[in-house]
Amino acid sequence: MDKRIDSPAEAVRRISDGATVMIGGFGGSGAPIELIHALIDRRPKDLTVINNNAGNGHVGIAAMIEQGIVRKMVCSFPRSADPRVFTELYLAGRIELELVPQGTLAERIRAGGAGIPAFYTPTSVGTELAAGKPVETFDGRTYVRERWLKADYALIKAELGDPMGNLTYRMAARNFNPIMAMAAAHTIAQVSHLVPAGGIDPEQVITPGIFVDSVVEVSDPRQEEVLNRQGAAYPEAVA
Amino acid sequence: MTEQLDKIKLSNAQIAWRAAQDLETGFYVNLGIGFPEMIARFQPEGREVIYHTENGVLGFGEAPKAGEEDWDLINAGKKAITLKPGAAFFHHADSFAMVRGGHLDLAVLGAYQVAETGDLANWSTGAGGVPAVGGAMDLVHGAKRVAVVTDHVTKDGQPKLLRRCTMPLTGVGCVTRVYTSLAVVDVEGGRFVLREKLPAISLDDLRALTGATLHVSGPVADLVVPEV
Repeated sequence: MDKRIDSPAEAVRRISDGATVMIGGFGGSGAPIELIHALIDRRPKDLTVINNNAGNGHVGIAAMIEQGIVRKMVCSFPRSADPRVFTELYLAGRIELELVPQGTLAERIRAGGAGIPAFYTPTSVGTELAAGKPVETFDGRTYVRERWLKADYALIKAELGDPMGNLTYRMAARNFNPIMAMAAAHTIAQVSHLVPAGGIDPEQVITPGIFVDSVVEVSDPRQEEVLNRQGAAYPEAVA
Repeated sequence: MTEQLDKIKLSNAQIAWRAAQDLETGFYVNLGIGFPEMIARFQPEGREVIYHTENGVLGFGEAPKAGEEDWDLINAGKKAITLKPGAAFFHHADSFAMVRGGHLDLAVLGAYQVAETGDLANWSTGAGGVPAVGGAMDLVHGAKRVAVVTDHVTKDGQPKLLRRCTMPLTGVGCVTRVYTSLAVVDVEGGRFVLREKLPAISLDDLRALTGATLHVSGPVADLVVPEV
């Protein structure tokens, strides 16, 4: 089995207009910047993007929004230090937002990957984010029903990957990446180090290859937080 | 009264210091972004506490020196952190299983408003703009104790401890203790029960600054906090 793809551009080639795309990462950690930028180059339209945030600065998801390829964001925290792009479009009514509590977002994604169409959670009971959702009482406590969340594609970032799609992650860059890998019809992983099958100790595998469809090596990947501190933008401004 | 209040009330650092005195050895603790994070600075000597952050780290320590940040190692506030021996990484679904599953001993959050029923409003003023909730609605459910650190009144002198919250709720009946700039108040059976107050404020004055009945049941200790 060989899931290797030669380049980020080739890996995202099939993502078409209107697709729902999960993108791993929390803030800058674990964001697959090279895959995101390759997707921007393709200029698909009307994407729905699922991530914890709505981008930061002018790279990654913020650049997707800035370049006008995102119709809707599903996230828990669309505000951040430099959120102007999303904020302006949202207040102008030009981008949709589905606001989901962070733990509910994670569990909806996990459920999507695990074949569980709905579940009950105490989170948001009695708040406006539970409006219109069914509630039920279990053992004297009220819970709200939430639906699974799935996607056409997941773009994720991993540390080690092998041709079978087995993955490990680097520190807190793990975050949403393993559960998004499970919840998409087609999962594309950019890995910082591609190793041969057997190069990852089976006991150390975090995401088993069954959840991964494409693996592309991006050695020495860019880190979103570092790019933002450098004031980077994508596509780079032409002087 | 506001001017007088400003002279006697605790600073945010002092409120954090007081909250830190209730940390117990062996506690797994989540401190909300911003003000609650200050509590870790005042963790009493000799007590071992393990900090959880929503983005998938248990057992983190203080911030690294400037220039030594690794931006793949951050907390939920997206600040760089360091690891203590015995730290662990995990994905987001496991992280919130720790939260909702009752595995945390304590979560501490900030507040716009707290009701005597234990309802908390801390995510939205309801005034429009871009709504953002993060993990707040999850954190108020599941931790064995859910505490709030807050000024006792707003900048305009309006009570933040109320019979009912008027701002959008984060959670219903979830707060167990409130550390304010003037007092320590428990939420018990749908009532505010005063546990400690600054010696410099009378019970009557404190009640006048509280938007719900402040019950006294048992001794009320002096709230004495060092300059920090």
